[in-house]
Amino acid sequence: MIRNSASDMASKLAAGEITSVELTQAHLDRISDVDKEVHAFLHVDTQGALAQAAAVDAKRKNGEKLAPLAGVPLALKDVMAQKGIPTTCGSKILEGWRPPYDSTVVTNLKNNGIIILGKTNMDEFAMGSSTENSAYGPTHNPWDLTRIPGGSGGGSSAALAAFEAPLAIGTDTGGSIRQPAAVTGTVGVKPTYGGVSRFGLVAFSSSLDQAGPCARTVLDAALLHEAIAGHDPKDSTSINAPVPAVVHAARAGNVKGMKIGVVKELSGDGYQPGVRKRFEESLELLAAAGAEIVEVSAPNFEYALAAYYLIAPSECSSNLARFDAMRYGLRVGDVDGASAESVMNLTREVGFGREVKRRIILGTYALSSGYYDAYYGSAQKVRTLITQDFNKAFEIADVLVSPTCPTTAFKIGEKANDPLAMYLNDIATIPVNMAGIGGMSLPAGLADEDGLPVGFQIMSPVMKDERMYSVGSALEAALLSKWGAPLLSKIPALAGSK
Amino acid sequence: MTSLSRDDVAKLAGLARIEMSEEELVALSSEFTVILDAVARVQGVASADVAATSHPLPLRNVFRPDVVVPSLSPADALSGAPAQEEQRFRVPQILGEE
Repeated sequence: MIRNSASDMASKLAAGEITSVELTQAHLDRISDVDKEVHAFLHVDTQGALAQAAAVDAKRKNGEKLAPLAGVPLALKDVMAQKGIPTTCGSKILEGWRPPYDSTVVTNLKNNGIIILGKTNMDEFAMGSSTENSAYGPTHNPWDLTRIPGGSGGGSSAALAAFEAPLAIGTDTGGSIRQPAAVTGTVGVKPTYGGVSRFGLVAFSSSLDQAGPCARTVLDAALLHEAIAGHDPKDSTSINAPVPAVVHAARAGNVKGMKIGVVKELSGDGYQPGVRKRFEESLELLAAAGAEIVEVSAPNFEYALAAYYLIAPSECSSNLARFDAMRYGLRVGDVDGASAESVMNLTREVGFGREVKRRIILGTYALSSGYYDAYYGSAQKVRTLITQDFNKAFEIADVLVSPTCPTTAFKIGEKANDPLAMYLNDIATIPVNMAGIGGMSLPAGLADEDGLPVGFQIMSPVMKDERMYSVGSALEAALLSKWGAPLLSKIPALAGSK
Repeated sequence: MTSLSRDDVAKLAGLARIEMSEEELVALSSEFTVILDAVARVQGVASADVAATSHPLPLRNVFRPDVVVPSLSPADALSGAPAQEEQRFRVPQILGEE
């Protein structure tokens, strides 16, 4: 039952074949069985989840009209505020904090009757590509427990691949939904910036952060996308327009006549041979399904990584100033006569991990007087050039594609002491955030050399998110008929405690 | 090549209100030489006439109607406070004695 897609689970719930309490309990059992190995969850809300499930079951029994995913369980990235439930962002500075309010994403999930199982592990404040920066220890990739599950949303992607949840929420600032999806053989979507409310999403880089759906199939991601998206007056950057028809596009999966642009700069050197091979095969399948493959060039993408590592730290140095030990979270050194400044200094020393400090200092430098124009200002101009590259490419192609990541999952610890090598993971995902457009990663198969999942990235213009679902769904169907079974059917079994 | 000395990092850490050990200051200073070298690639890419993008959406002040809606109760607002007194956040001393 736990290996089904969310939409199959929803059908069985609607047909009365199972109850939400049974389905939720099955997932809670799976979590208690395998999460010692995977460590996808930071907090499991057993009672809350079962209570939500019982409430949905009661409504269904009364014949009330329910949302499509009502009664289906979900794992929530620990960056989202959920009332009364510990929300740490993977940081010691928020240990024990229980938000007094729900984020809009959580409100939408609850209104859709989606069951929140618990909170998933992440790199501290979403800064990282491996989940190794969590203050609570790394998450392990269910394909190979010695490897990283991606990051920052490695807990969400690992929970899906380990069948601990059929749906999850992620957030994507530079690839934190798509890269974890790629390395775990799951689906992850970063909607258009402003498509999903950021209210109650603990901010890392406000002009780049975007919440989105994670799932095991493109249709499941679309169903979750529609459940969480839409205008929110509580987020002034939320787009006041109808949600793109992503479910319709995912169900149709039609790419006939679509022009698919391969980004020349996001391939070649630095991309693992097995990644390139699966990518090329996927292009052939899309061509066979009726799409026209064209090449596009985005010459300024080569500066995206450098610009990102100025813009994101600059915004984070400002956003994370709110962790000042005054109103919530950790407070250290509050002895008689200690000044507020010394309490802040000591609290932030103890509360923040190495990477968070590194980025706050880098951002403080990039924004400081005398260096602002050379660093932050130059990066903002590069951002304009990247957006212009996208605009030109979208004049030629309906969507753009690339491998999601240059490599498959690397070993835990392999890049932990080399920040630059770690940053290179995000080279193909970052341009999407810079321009605020949509991006999806879906599994394209396993690399020949290591047998690990490869991700295929699809990028769509602002508020044309349905296009990436059309292409993703068509490719998924073609790959499924080639493989005969979903990629995750090949995942090695976890030992479990039974 | 741009580099940041141990003292430069100490000054930035002070501005960012983060206490740092000697070991951390030295380590960060050497890491920043590499990182700043990498990010400095953005310099000189765009000509002077390219506008800066601070945000992906073409938004200017977004307003909503000024309507009173329920907000957090004092108990909820204080629920995560490290210390509180008389229904207020209790904070360490901000001003000196004089």
